[in-house]
Amino acid sequence: MKKEFSKEIIDEITTRCPEASVKIHAPRRVYIRVPREKVYDLAKFLYEQKEFRLSIATGIDTREGVEIIYHFTFDQAGTYYNLKITIPKDDLQTKSLATFLPAANWIEREIHELLGVDFIGHPNLKPLLTAESWPAELHPLRRDYADEHKNLKMKEKSEEAL
Amino acid sequence: MRRVVPIGPYHPLQEEPEFFKLFVEGEKVVDIEINIGYNHRGHEFISPTLTWDQVPFLVERICGICSDSHPYAYVLAVEDCARIEPAPRGQYIRTIIGELERIHSHYLWLGLAGHFIGYNTVWMWVWRYREPLLDLFELIMGNRNHYAINKIGGARRDIVPEDYPEIEKYLNILEEKNAMFTKAILDDPVISARLEGVGILPKEDAIAYGVLGPTARGSGYATDARKDDPYDAYDKVDWDMIVFPEGDVLAKTKVRLLECDESIKIVRQCLKQMPDGPIETRVDEIPPGEGIGRHEAPRGEVFHYVRSDGSNMPVRHKVRAPSFMNLASNAVAVKGYSIADAALVLAAIDPCYCCTERTIVYEKGKRKYTGQDLLRLSREKTEEIRRRYRK
Repeated sequence: MKKEFSKEIIDEITTRCPEASVKIHAPRRVYIRVPREKVYDLAKFLYEQKEFRLSIATGIDTREGVEIIYHFTFDQAGTYYNLKITIPKDDLQTKSLATFLPAANWIEREIHELLGVDFIGHPNLKPLLTAESWPAELHPLRRDYADEHKNLKMKEKSEEAL
Repeated sequence: MRRVVPIGPYHPLQEEPEFFKLFVEGEKVVDIEINIGYNHRGHEFISPTLTWDQVPFLVERICGICSDSHPYAYVLAVEDCARIEPAPRGQYIRTIIGELERIHSHYLWLGLAGHFIGYNTVWMWVWRYREPLLDLFELIMGNRNHYAINKIGGARRDIVPEDYPEIEKYLNILEEKNAMFTKAILDDPVISARLEGVGILPKEDAIAYGVLGPTARGSGYATDARKDDPYDAYDKVDWDMIVFPEGDVLAKTKVRLLECDESIKIVRQCLKQMPDGPIETRVDEIPPGEGIGRHEAPRGEVFHYVRSDGSNMPVRHKVRAPSFMNLASNAVAVKGYSIADAALVLAAIDPCYCCTERTIVYEKGKRKYTGQDLLRLSREKTEEIRRRYRK
């Protein structure tokens, strides 16, 4: 098999989601921007029918909102198909992929605590990396973190947490 | 009756602090809860405060064993973002160091695995031949670890032709010894009986959890960034991907042993083909855009994503280490096995042992098992199998 993106897969994605805008950066790097309501069905389709693997997801705080990139990879052709969604800051939530894809479980927990995005339907949204005494309303990867954390104090450490 | 066996927070597995709660019924593990985050140092937060050329030194410190893989993946990501074609000689140097590092990392795991199941000979042998490799790193780059060889556009240091014979000499010794280990370990009926059928991770679960590296290849899922998405010199040399379908600890051991042979093959060919010329290309600026870098580290694919806005610092830098995916798969692999196997299974993905000393089991406020006991349990099981074979 040729080691580059396949036109058929991109066509299938665009027929399922006509709003998708595709950017081909390199033969094995494809970025696809989709509306956030469509990402759940697309991810399910890619994982269950095309045997894609979820490599990881990245959350980025931008001016327009919090952007999440789901890095899906198709190992037979070594190609990364990156699904991008933007979530407006006044409504920070999206459907969780962890319900059918265990690989999404930890990274959604990580994005939840570092950027404050709520994943609806996630089986266990407990903090993954931050300490137990870390305030839940403080998200370190948000741009306003520096201003915000001046006014906040760490919770008292409980005996149990130690 | 359900009891909880806590392992951690400085778990069995070497320098990585993590905490496992094993739920056991009698000897059998029925459920597991995994907590991580004890070593969260905020690299993704620090990275955007540094310039493009400073970041490799930061990410090099993420892992002490495979300290080459994170900067490697990072420079590949930046080169992808800015469409930089690295200097060919630099590419070969990076490949050689990447492969030598794979050997020393796999040997570390083999030695510790041998120690844990009560084969101290394996441990001493393997580490005996791992040591000269670290000396070789010192010879080439001046450091036994944290070699800082990667740079955007090529390599930071040259491998001088006077060093080639030294590398060749080491490879010759290693080739012979690796064949010896492979034969000694795989032909030993007791080791096979001890590791076979333990901690099976089926292929479907391997894909669902997105596991990587030897963990995936030991479960029959053929994924290797060096083959799937060849970078640097990997498509210019001839080598094979090692895949075993069984999914148990023995399969993962086999993958690691045979991969060392492939690494020796790659380094040999690289030394032969190494072109002359500069080791790096000039990089003036990183234009706005985004890039993905993937490098097959000893434990699996390391993934780096960078985004640039055209300034001298990254806007966002995402790091994904292979253990992040592999660890979660323990939820499947450890269920149904005994406590004597548990620490071995948890270690089979190779975040590695060491901190077994910290494992304590409490029952009604009284200490029941310590790390030493876990080690003893594991060795007793080997001893039992050994006795069976003697009869």
